[in-house]
Amino acid sequence: MHIVVCIKQVPDSAQIRVHPVTNTIMRQGVPTIINPYDLFSLEEALRLRDQFGGKVTVITMGPKMAIEALKKCISYGADEAILLTDKVFAGSDTLATSFALASTIAKIGETEKVDMVFCGKQTIDGDTAQVGPGIARRLGMQQLTYVAEVEKVDLDKGEIVVHRRSEGGVQVLATKLPCLVTMLEGSNEMRYGTMDDLFRAARYEVIEWDHKAAGITAPNQCGLKGSPTVVKKVFAPPPKAVKAQMVATEGKSPREVADALLDGLFAKHPKLETEIGQ
Amino acid sequence: MSAEDMDQEQSTPVASAPRRADGADLSVYHGVWVFIELERGKVHPVSWELLGEGRKLATHLGVPVSGVVLGPDAPETLAACDGAFEYGADSVYLMRDEVLADYRTDPYTAGLTDMVQTFKPEIMLLGATTLGRDLAGALATTLATGLTADCTELRIDDETRSLAATRPTFGGSLLCTIHTLEYRPQMATVRPRVMAMPERMPGKRGQVIEHACQVAETDIITKILSFIPDSDAEKAQLAYADIVVAGGRGLGKPENFKLVQDLAAVLGGDFGGSRPVTHAGWIAADRQIGQTGKTIRPKLYIAAGISGAIQHRVGVEGADVIIAINNDPNAPIFDFATFGVVGDALQILPALTEALRERLAARKAAQ
Repeated sequence: MHIVVCIKQVPDSAQIRVHPVTNTIMRQGVPTIINPYDLFSLEEALRLRDQFGGKVTVITMGPKMAIEALKKCISYGADEAILLTDKVFAGSDTLATSFALASTIAKIGETEKVDMVFCGKQTIDGDTAQVGPGIARRLGMQQLTYVAEVEKVDLDKGEIVVHRRSEGGVQVLATKLPCLVTMLEGSNEMRYGTMDDLFRAARYEVIEWDHKAAGITAPNQCGLKGSPTVVKKVFAPPPKAVKAQMVATEGKSPREVADALLDGLFAKHPKLETEIGQ
Repeated sequence: MSAEDMDQEQSTPVASAPRRADGADLSVYHGVWVFIELERGKVHPVSWELLGEGRKLATHLGVPVSGVVLGPDAPETLAACDGAFEYGADSVYLMRDEVLADYRTDPYTAGLTDMVQTFKPEIMLLGATTLGRDLAGALATTLATGLTADCTELRIDDETRSLAATRPTFGGSLLCTIHTLEYRPQMATVRPRVMAMPERMPGKRGQVIEHACQVAETDIITKILSFIPDSDAEKAQLAYADIVVAGGRGLGKPENFKLVQDLAAVLGGDFGGSRPVTHAGWIAADRQIGQTGKTIRPKLYIAAGISGAIQHRVGVEGADVIIAINNDPNAPIFDFATFGVVGDALQILPALTEALRERLAARKAAQ
């Protein structure tokens, strides 16, 4: 079984803070991480590979520094990693990104048939959840988003059954391979890489492809040129005027703090008192 | 090329490059469409919220706003059309067929693509739900047009007559305004609870334009084997709850989440959690609150052991009152909470539950 996993290196948004006075974001020293949602998809791909044999190829589009994220994937147990890097990709929106990644996957498939593609549910920086569906459309693959569980895969018949989260319940879906899956968070837990994989990752040379290597003959569909959306303005959100009213805690029992808090709350918002417990 | 250049959401502002050298006439695209999300007989309220927003855009443009309904040939589908009129649609575009009985990507994408190409709306809005996001990403790709996700503000730019869609980026630390200048329709998704619910006009009706579905069941590869509805206990109505209690990593371990649930139960509210605890599987994924989870706008929000990173803040700022409990006095959550308690959530939460239980009992006794 050959599985391609698409990942993205993102700034760790949990560590970005807004400067309280200037209201600008403090980006200095914010580390980059593998988009957390991608790890659930990578782990699921690794599990399927372990079960059926075969190979997991991880790809990303990004600058050279993304090599670090790909090596991390190797350390978790991925078999191969390809970095799609080229200045023609700069400024890609989701449509152009899905074009570049779909082209890359098609190219990979020329030498080694691809049975499944995994993507993160969404990224934590862009948050669009659009690239996965875009890739599936372009490759003519069935699209299975928000998958909570891969129930079974029958490689001989080329069939897969998954549990897909939808509003108000879970759809149990059966479809054919090849397909594209995005995993729901919490659906599995990323393994610790083995010592072998850690050593392999340290030595591993990530394969670098430019647009030609990825078989892209229409660079005008990439990057800024291939992006229908145009970013007109970037700005900081307006600051919140008031700081929290702090409840004194010194020398007080938890119960006294709780009562002081509730007294303060209901004094200021008497209507809330009538609405609770309904 | 830096990481920031890789995505629309991160790139710096650029001048609009002249495209459409093919001379395609974009003025044939006319009107604002709102996708009415009908699933298992029910319309997601985000569709009504979007009709309210669509109405404003349409009025500004001097064009009609329409609902677009896809579903099975059933009374619920027609009820969805009526709902669209009552929440402000001038007309409804309707596609009825059994292949549309339950949501699947392929028939919905094919059906909606067909309708868009036939009737050519200039703007298409969808809810950023699991269904809406799955569909919007596929639809924008088949239509080869621009799609802006999770918008928090939609306006018309008078100079270009284009949709100016503003959305948070970098986990909510910045906002950016995105236009689709050379392609139509201009697509955008908006999360539930971000836009206000418009007033309902009971009995209002309009024209239904029906379009035949060209997709046959035999064309569809993905089959639905079954649907497992959430039990009432699991059914997270989080986005629409009036009172929400949430916990974060500061609770220490999954078992302590019960303290959050207990308080939520006494208050008659719902519960949720931050990204780290949902990722760790302490609570179900659809209970995540924040930029990557749900947006809430309750009357009262209590956050326990949540530091209040920007991506969390974005999802809760709409709350009327925010109470934060955290043992770190420097936690960013105190920068935007209404009331703050510096202390151990594991002690304060049960104390609050107990205090409230007694007050409620006293209230009942007094009645």
